[in-house]
Parts: sequence; C-alpha cells; structure tokens
Amino acid sequence: MATHAFDVVVVGTGPGGYVAAIRASQLGLSVGVVEDDRPGGVCLNWGCIPTKALLRNAEVVQLFERAETFGITVQGLQVDYAAAVKRSRGVADRMAKGVEFLFKKNKITLFPGTGALKSRTTVEVNGASGTDTLEARRAVVLATGSEPKSLPGVTIDEKRVISSNGAVRNEAKPKSIVIIGAGAVGVEFADVYRAYGVEVTILEALDRVVPIEDQEISAQLARNLSRRGIQIKTGVKVSAVTPGGAGVVVETDGGKLEAEQVLMAVGRAARIKGVGIEALGIAMDRGFVKASPTMETSVKGVYAIGDVAGPPLLAHKAMAEGVVAAEAIAGKQPRPVDYGNVPSCTYCRPQVASIGLTEAKAREGGREVSVGKFPFTANGKAVALAETDGFVKVVADKKTGEILGAHIIGPEATEVIHEFAVGRTLEATLEELMHTIHAHPTLSEAALEATLAALGHAIHI
Amino acid sequence: MAVTKVQMPKLSEAMESGKIIKWLKKEGDPIQSGDILAEVETDKADVEMEAFGNGILRKILVAAGEKAAVGTLIGVIADANDDIAGVVGQATPAPPPAAAAPAASSEESRRPAAVPPHPRREDHAERSPSPSRGPEAPARPVAPAPMAGRPQPAPAPVVGAGGDGGGRVKASPLARKIAAQSGVDLKLVQGSGPGGRIVRRDVEAVGSAPAATPSAAAPQRAAPQPGVEFEDVALTSMRAAIAKRMPLSKAPVPHFYVTSEIAMDAAWELREQLNGLEGQSKISVNDLVVRACALALLQHPGINASFQGESIRVFHRVHMGIAVALEEGLITPVLRDAHAKSLAQIAGESRDLAERARQRKLRTQELSGATFSISNLGMFDVADFSAIINPPEGAILAVGSVRKVPVVTESGLGVGRRMAVTLSCDHRVMDGAMGARFLQDVKRLLEEPLRLLV
Repeated sequence: MATHAFDVVVVGTGPGGYVAAIRASQLGLSVGVVEDDRPGGVCLNWGCIPTKALLRNAEVVQLFERAETFGITVQGLQVDYAAAVKRSRGVADRMAKGVEFLFKKNKITLFPGTGALKSRTTVEVNGASGTDTLEARRAVVLATGSEPKSLPGVTIDEKRVISSNGAVRNEAKPKSIVIIGAGAVGVEFADVYRAYGVEVTILEALDRVVPIEDQEISAQLARNLSRRGIQIKTGVKVSAVTPGGAGVVVETDGGKLEAEQVLMAVGRAARIKGVGIEALGIAMDRGFVKASPTMETSVKGVYAIGDVAGPPLLAHKAMAEGVVAAEAIAGKQPRPVDYGNVPSCTYCRPQVASIGLTEAKAREGGREVSVGKFPFTANGKAVALAETDGFVKVVADKKTGEILGAHIIGPEATEVIHEFAVGRTLEATLEELMHTIHAHPTLSEAALEATLAALGHAIHI
Repeated sequence: MAVTKVQMPKLSEAMESGKIIKWLKKEGDPIQSGDILAEVETDKADVEMEAFGNGILRKILVAAGEKAAVGTLIGVIADANDDIAGVVGQATPAPPPAAAAPAASSEESRRPAAVPPHPRREDHAERSPSPSRGPEAPARPVAPAPMAGRPQPAPAPVVGAGGDGGGRVKASPLARKIAAQSGVDLKLVQGSGPGGRIVRRDVEAVGSAPAATPSAAAPQRAAPQPGVEFEDVALTSMRAAIAKRMPLSKAPVPHFYVTSEIAMDAAWELREQLNGLEGQSKISVNDLVVRACALALLQHPGINASFQGESIRVFHRVHMGIAVALEEGLITPVLRDAHAKSLAQIAGESRDLAERARQRKLRTQELSGATFSISNLGMFDVADFSAIINPPEGAILAVGSVRKVPVVTESGLGVGRRMAVTLSCDHRVMDGAMGARFLQDVKRLLEEPLRLLV
C-alpha cells in the first residue's frame, strides 16, 4: 500500500481518459492514470479500432467476390474468419502499445487496477499487486466509459447471447446470428458476419436501420444491406431470448426467430459501479454523470468525460471533452464542446457519416430548408472505383445558407464528412463551400455538387 | 399553416426591454407582413413594430402599457385554423436567460432570442417522436456571451453590397448573413470567436440581454413631506442605460483633457449675417462647432479613431454624435458624414435629429455608429466642463457658452466673445499633443469662420 500524489488523477484510459491525461501533462501538470484493462479503453481494444480491422477484412472479401467486375478471375478463394479476428487483435495490441508509449513520453504514471473515489481528492486503486492510494492535488477525472446494455431479462453470456465485446473476440463465427439493434454496432457486425457467410437477421425496434440518421440514408443503407442477403426487420419488439433450437430462440411481436447466436446491440450504459459516485453524491442525469460545460461534475474538483458523462457515446466526443477538462483543470478557459457539431460515423459498406441536423429535424423548427443531393453514380472517382452506391445530402437554411446538416452514404463517407464539419465550425455557408475548389477527381466533389444542388445549380447532374 | 411568433424586437444595441405603448392591431385583425403591429417604447425612442408574417393576429400576450424583455413572445400571428396552443403555452413571462449565464438551456439559448429589429419568425410544427438519440439531443453548453451593451467600435462605413469597406469587421460568413438579414450592425457587435471574430452567437446574443431596467415611468415628484429625509426615485429606462454605460467608459478608458479658448467674435458675426439672410435656415453656434470639428477631424484622423484592443481603427468619414439633453437624460443622435455636409445641411439635419430625439422618434440607425461626439452645454451658461467619452469613440468635445469677456487688444482692453472647449481623449488612442493640434485647427476654423463656408 503506497500513497502517490499527482496534480491530476484520471480514472480510465479510453480515448477520453488518455487524451485528458496527455493534455494535462502538456500543460505542466503531473498525471497518474488508473486502468483495469489495457490502456486505450473499449475504443482501442474492443470497439472502434478492432472492428475497423474486421470491416477491412470484410471489404477485402467483398472485393474478391466481385473481382470479375475488374476483369480479375479468382479461383479457390478461401476466407478464414479466425485469421481476421487475429489480425484485428494484432491491430488493437499495436494501438494499445501506442497509448502506453504516449504515457511514457508524457511522463504519465499508469496504475493497473480498479479505481474508486474515496473522497473528492482520493482515488484508491485495487490492482494485482495490492492497493495504492492516489491523491489528486487539483482534480480527479472520471473516464470510466460504458458497457453494452442488454434487454430486460436477457443475460449476455458471450456464448449464445453475445455483446460487441464477445463478437470482437470470438474467433469462431456462428452459422447464423440475430442482431438486436440496427445502430452503428449492429450494422457493422452485420456487414462483417455477412461477408464471412453468416446468415444475418437484424431486428430494430424503431422503423428503420441507423435510426438516428437521415431517413434517406436509412432507406439507402437498408437497400444495400438487403441486397447482400441480410434480413432486416424493423419496428420489431423483442419479448424474450431463450436457449433452444439452433442455439437461441428470439421471440418478437412478429414471430419467433432461431439462430446460433444473438448479438445485443441495443446501446451502452455508463460504467459507474464501484467508482464511488453515490458515496460522493455526484449528480447523475438519466444514468450518466452530469457534467458542466467544462466537464466538472456537481462535486468540485471531480470531472467526468466520455461515455460516462453521457451521449453521444463516441470516442471523438470523449477526446474533445478530455481536452476541455484538462484545460479547465489547468486554469485555462477552454471552448466547450459543441455537441451540435459532432460527426457520427458508421463503417459498414457503404459507409455512413453525418453531422448536424437531419432534414426532418431541420424542418421541425419550421424554418425554410433547402436540400441538395448528389449521387455517387455521377461522381467520376466513385465510378472509377466501382463504388457508386450512395449519395451526399446537404441540408441548409434557405435564408442564410447555414449548413444545418450533411449526410453521406457511400465510399469513404467517414472521410468526406469533415469538410462539412470544418465548414460548420467556421460558420461557413453554402456559398463558401461552393467557392472552395475541390480537386478532381475526388469523392469530395460529390460534397461540392450536393452543396451546389442545395443552391439550385449542381453541374454534373 | 404558418404560425409567426411576435417577439419584443431589439431596437438598439443597449435595449433590454421595451414597453408596448399601444397595439395598432387587435386580436382577430388580419395581418400582412409589413403591417405596423404596435408602438414600442425603448430606452432611446418610440418605435413602430412591423409584422413579419401573414395571417391573423390571434393572440396578444403583452398588453399595452406593459413591459417585456427583448425576445419575449408578445403575440402570435397565425391562420384562423392553426392550433396556437403550443406556441402560447411556451411563452414564459420570465425574461430570457442572462447573456452571461454559460449553461443556459439548450434550444432557446442557441437560437436568436430575437433578431433585431425583426422579431423572430418561426413556424410551428408538430414535433414527431424523436428517435432514441439525435445528434442534437443533449443540452449543450453555450460559450459565454459577450458583454451586453459594450458595442464594438465602428469601422469605416460599409461600401457597396456586402462589403466591409475600409475597416474590416472580422465576422463569420453566417454571422454576416444573419446580421444583414436581421438588421444588426456588425460594427456594434463584440466578437467572441478566435481573435475577436464575430460568430453567430454574438449576433444572436445582441437579442438576449436580460431585462434589468425597472419601469420607464417618469419619476413622480411628490411634495416633500415633513420628516421624510429622502425618496427613492425609480430609474427611467434611459437613466438606467446611462447608469450602466457610463462606468463602462469612465473606468476602462483612460481619459485626459485638453482645453482651449476660442475667440468667437468673427464666428458670431458670420452667424448673425447668415441668419439675417432671407430664406436661410437658422444656424446655431453648435452647427458651426460641428462643421469645424468635422473639417478638423479630416485633417486629424488620429482623433477620429477608436481603440480596438490590438489596433487603432482610424475612420475616414466623420459620423458626428451630437448630445441632446432631454428631461429624463440625454441621447446622442448621429449626424452621418458630417465632413461632407454644408453648414446649412448640418443645421437642418441637426435640428431634425434633436427634435425627433425630444419626441423620442429616432430610428435605431440614427443612434449608433458615431466616430466622434460633441456635447454642448452653452445654452446653460456653462463656462467650461469636461465630458465622458462614449465608447467606442476615441474623443468627445465639451463646448461651453460663448461669453463676453474682457480681452487684451492691441489698443488696450476690449470686450470679446470667447468660448471654452475641452476635448476628452482616450489616451490609448492619442496623446496630448495630438489633441492640442486638433484643437488648434478647430480654433483656427472658428476664428477664421469663412473657412467653414468653403
């Protein structure tokens, strides 16, 4: 048992925690971090990064399957799902080591173990080698993240009923799977499993896939997923998940389904158990820790960032909050996170990316909206790539040209979205985007054309 | 189907609330966009309020004689069959959150509470059940709004459409468009973005200042009662505005003063001659001072300048603020392009401005954008006084009475007309010698007043 003192103690080293730690260190503060898993959190180890590796594998498999399109004949194609998972683990390991390296470089001390707040300024770490007490001279940052949720009465055993944690680890793929939830996690795993020949059924309680996205995006994605043989059932309520049949029986208001496995992708809940939140009386809001614009909780000197601090549960939002918290702790006046300008990305094929308001949301306010749409079928680069599914859609205020939202489905949508993010940050209007010369040929030209379409004069359609 | 919210418009940069003097339309009247709905009393003037939507005036929420904070819903225009219960239900009597409150509630604080001088127009639509989480779902923090009532110094006037003339206003494209459409003068907006850049929220914040000023009712003079040692007189909205703005000048602006005495004999004589001409509009001493200052400022652009934090903005045109005393305070209408106007034009326009100031009928744009001001207490037989600079201007000239005083002439002692003027200067912008040289020129122009005629 030893006591260590730091200016800042960060509990959790996911994208929120490690970024907060590094930024605090850059600002001259001494930092200790606590992690009960590998540095990098869910994002690097079990979420964003390893799934992107799996999705790349799925993409390669799909390219081989349509090699004929490119005049390439492939014979005896063999795909090995276990190898895909192994590669994905290797990618995650590499990224986690990268975080460890960054900690060393920034002289941040890592305490492996479970951290719990004992007071406003004390964090107790229970690790394999005993208990350490960390004293925080300036602030404690809670960055404990989130964990997969389940439906009431359904236990995730990671065998028959799995979460994304199991899905990203299991080297064996099921013959069939029912995915409950058609958000980003659900459709990404649907893409991976389907590429490797799994019978996939997606169930969604709301009326469409990726329900937070613009309706037209959902419709386009549903078409693409269906075309690849993925069963989609929307507006379906799951009443029970029980063992039986081929593995699991899923009872819904629209009948029973059987599959070898069920993947629960119904959302995530804040990880707050054993963190000491109740004892300190830290205020909560709908299951998440409540934080101020500078990420401070109701208890002075205790900050909360990332998933534990509430939606949207996105790594890049966590990083942005980590920077704000670190700067606030260092006595700077950081610009608060603009939650209306956080891009949302889904990496299935075709990719989906969006920022700002959907067309429906924009119209809800009653304002006059102009919408511009441009399909990738009319984009030279997309045609050359043979990736013509999808479109770019821009939603703007008719009066001012303010970019209210942008919605992309198609090749590298998650990269193309950023011109809208930068534009919105700078408060550019359609005209400034219009006057921005886009290199030819690029996928980003579709963003320009959608902008022109919103102004009423797209060139290439 | 359109439902238009009628909100208390922001009619001047310092306006925080307004009083409905009277409604010119009543509930049930058909309304066309552009119709005058009501007369509103602000701290500066009585202003007519226009409608920005078509339909029927379905509801009046703030009755004549009542006061409402800027942005408050005061009425609803809609079609006869539109359901306005939702809109009316949203109307809260509480003023909008203070501009400085960093964590104001999400939706409202992001939107323009009112975009001056137009009330916010918003159509009402049924909200469909929102999906589990929208990207815009959580309450978002709002960056601290700029200080209310602290206008940004005025740059050179706008030249051409959409341009920003000589003095560049740093503003985002969106802020520019919103400002242009809502009639906000960007020159009067303090930027809160990187490097003082004006962003959307700054333009919108112009319409979200809190209502802090008490009733505008003129103080009632009660007869002193025996034994009563004092009485607390409610501030008029004009007095409150002055009380709020003046410390923002006197404290942060390092004032210094330069005084000069001007022989007004020739100017007096010229004025008598001009006023004796048939059909000639009357010219006051102050008109001569305005003309002299305008001409001198062209020669001394360093005085016609404004402190900008990182730089000094030097104006190429002279917009002259002319202080007008009123019963309840004072007001400074702006005579635009004074340097380019003849004495007769100056006289005519000044009189018009002063008259309308007294009737409180000035338009918003006539109350902002001065590059220099003149305060004349000559009519009160004041020998000399000094004035407080009206930021963001860099200087103000205080003008005393023209008095007959004994003067030493070549032949001995005589009687001359003398006028003392005191220039208050912002030391961040100029130094004593600059102020003195400017006064020398003002003096020369007034002492050789034929120069004012060419």
